[in-house]
Amino acid sequence: MWETIIKPETLRATAELTSGVRAAFSWEKIEKELLDGLPGGAINIAYEAVDRHVAHGFGSVTALRWLGKSGERLDLSYADLSVASARFASVLASHGLGRGDRVFSLLGRQPEVFHAALGTLKAGMTFTPLFSAFGPEPIRTRMEIGQANALVTTEAIYRRKIEPWIRDIPSMRLVLIVGETAPEGCVALDPAMQEASPGFEAVPTRPEDEALIHFTSGTTGRPKGAVHVHHAVLNHAATGRYALELRPGAIYWCTADPGWVTGTSYGIIAPLVHRATLIIDEAEFDLERWYATIEREKVEVWYTAPTAIRMMMRAGKEAAARYDFSSLRFLASVGEPLNPEAVVWGSETFGLPFHDNWWQTETGGIMIANTLDMDIKPGSMGRPLPGIEAEILNREDGGIRPCKPGEIGDLALKAGWPSMMRAYLHEEARYKKCFVDDWYISGDLALKDEDGYFWFVGRADDLIKSSGHLIGPFEVESALIEHEAVAEAGVIGLPDETAGEVVKAYVSLNPGYEPSDELEKSIRGHARKKLGPAVAPRTVEFRKTLPKTRSGKIMRRLLKARELGLPEGDISTLETDES
Amino acid sequence: MTYDTLYALFIEELVKVAPDLDPATIRQDDQLQDDLELDSMDVLNLVAALHERLGVDIPEDDYVLIETPAKAATYLSTRQK
Repeated sequence: MWETIIKPETLRATAELTSGVRAAFSWEKIEKELLDGLPGGAINIAYEAVDRHVAHGFGSVTALRWLGKSGERLDLSYADLSVASARFASVLASHGLGRGDRVFSLLGRQPEVFHAALGTLKAGMTFTPLFSAFGPEPIRTRMEIGQANALVTTEAIYRRKIEPWIRDIPSMRLVLIVGETAPEGCVALDPAMQEASPGFEAVPTRPEDEALIHFTSGTTGRPKGAVHVHHAVLNHAATGRYALELRPGAIYWCTADPGWVTGTSYGIIAPLVHRATLIIDEAEFDLERWYATIEREKVEVWYTAPTAIRMMMRAGKEAAARYDFSSLRFLASVGEPLNPEAVVWGSETFGLPFHDNWWQTETGGIMIANTLDMDIKPGSMGRPLPGIEAEILNREDGGIRPCKPGEIGDLALKAGWPSMMRAYLHEEARYKKCFVDDWYISGDLALKDEDGYFWFVGRADDLIKSSGHLIGPFEVESALIEHEAVAEAGVIGLPDETAGEVVKAYVSLNPGYEPSDELEKSIRGHARKKLGPAVAPRTVEFRKTLPKTRSGKIMRRLLKARELGLPEGDISTLETDES
Repeated sequence: MTYDTLYALFIEELVKVAPDLDPATIRQDDQLQDDLELDSMDVLNLVAALHERLGVDIPEDDYVLIETPAKAATYLSTRQK
């Protein structure tokens, strides 16, 4: 058991969220305090994030500082962002796109992702970011489900992953390519932006108008598009202040990729709403570069992920000792549960503990968190934020009942917070399945202790959490069986010190194929090409047959139990065992 | 081991970690992450494989010294026992 980290009174006194603030909280009150809104009860995320700051005279404040891979630097002010997003909105409009259309992005950490996200929202269209390291298959599936009307990407990504099939997406009307030139049939973004009007005003969207679609993986079936509305910005604003301690002028670094929900909610929206200055680093994780960035840019609030923290831990405290981290005042982590060692390592290395928090694509924003004024129990996700009612529920007897302290059950949230998903796109049945009475059932198993702290226990389903990314085994299995040698595939997550879990596949082969190292590599190579390295299995093991139920479903649970030497549990539905 | 031997060995371990790559098209100055699209877990697995094969420990600080096949072969030739 790890010792609780007690916060000194002097530190608590500086917290945005105190017991007094908690007691007085209401969504109506915080909305008046943190947001402007537009006339007639309209609200637009892009207006709250950018334009209102310019209107209030803060246009010259630095909104983002972009650090290029090879040492380039580019500062953009709030006024710059306001103009760039207006131009982007004008580009969309000039190609005949209008309110309700859907714009997808497939970009790295680069300024254009901000222009695209904010410009799309400003135009009253829906923004959907995709992870640029996805292979062609996950990209295509998501664009089909989301009925993408426009795509913003780079020429390199377009040529490698998009060009062969883009004409088969019937909804697609416009492909924008970052830079001065574009392949045939596409539009070069830079000249289009130059020509476009900078006067596009934020569309007065209604609070319940669709704003963002974030895709998340399912255990079975296709990925799900979680729909979020413009009113979600209220959660982004509240959590930015209470869970991340964001204030005007704060220098803030969120290391998440813009292709995932964290990179949008907390890499774009929340910090801009609070008029912070964002650091955007184009490069991938690199220890020295990261430490030097904190020191040089004087980062105050740092929001990162367990995989990155564990990579820093591997390098040891000595590697960190050469740097000055005195600018830091708040550290937070999300993506998967942060192990207690890592929380404590933060204190020893940076002088501050990491504050773990919990949320999902479906929740749109942080729900449960360790906040600045709370003592930290290392390994716990913290307590529900104001306005959020969380409970551990037991659903065994047809109904639901709250669990006793220490009892494991479903982590559930009382429906109705502003950034709650409003639908899974075209999947009413799957959406409804997430709710019991008026509780949203998260799919995570957890427990609550006697002090009200929540502790993650595991997933209630077969989803895999690798480097903070939720991976659906079905999507991986589907890609594997497209390999000519593979008859069947079962995919599980195995515990991993650094990534949390890594993807492992078991396959049985078609007649005429024999297991070999060459074939193993060929299958993994095929999966990496289709899915990208983050989703593809890191190891593939051969089996003559896979364990299956009577209905022919592969029993992933059993594969995993056997791999880890755990009890096999109920195997009454097992029809064909593995061999 | 010579530079060329280490270069060949590096490519061999690289395509084991990332079998989507065709050894014939990998250039000596290709960046592992930018050009060859390895992710950070791939890099860790590659480092582990090199350790197993050569007994060379590559500390995190040195990852930048193996970011292309050419750099890696040079680095390995200075590090081998």
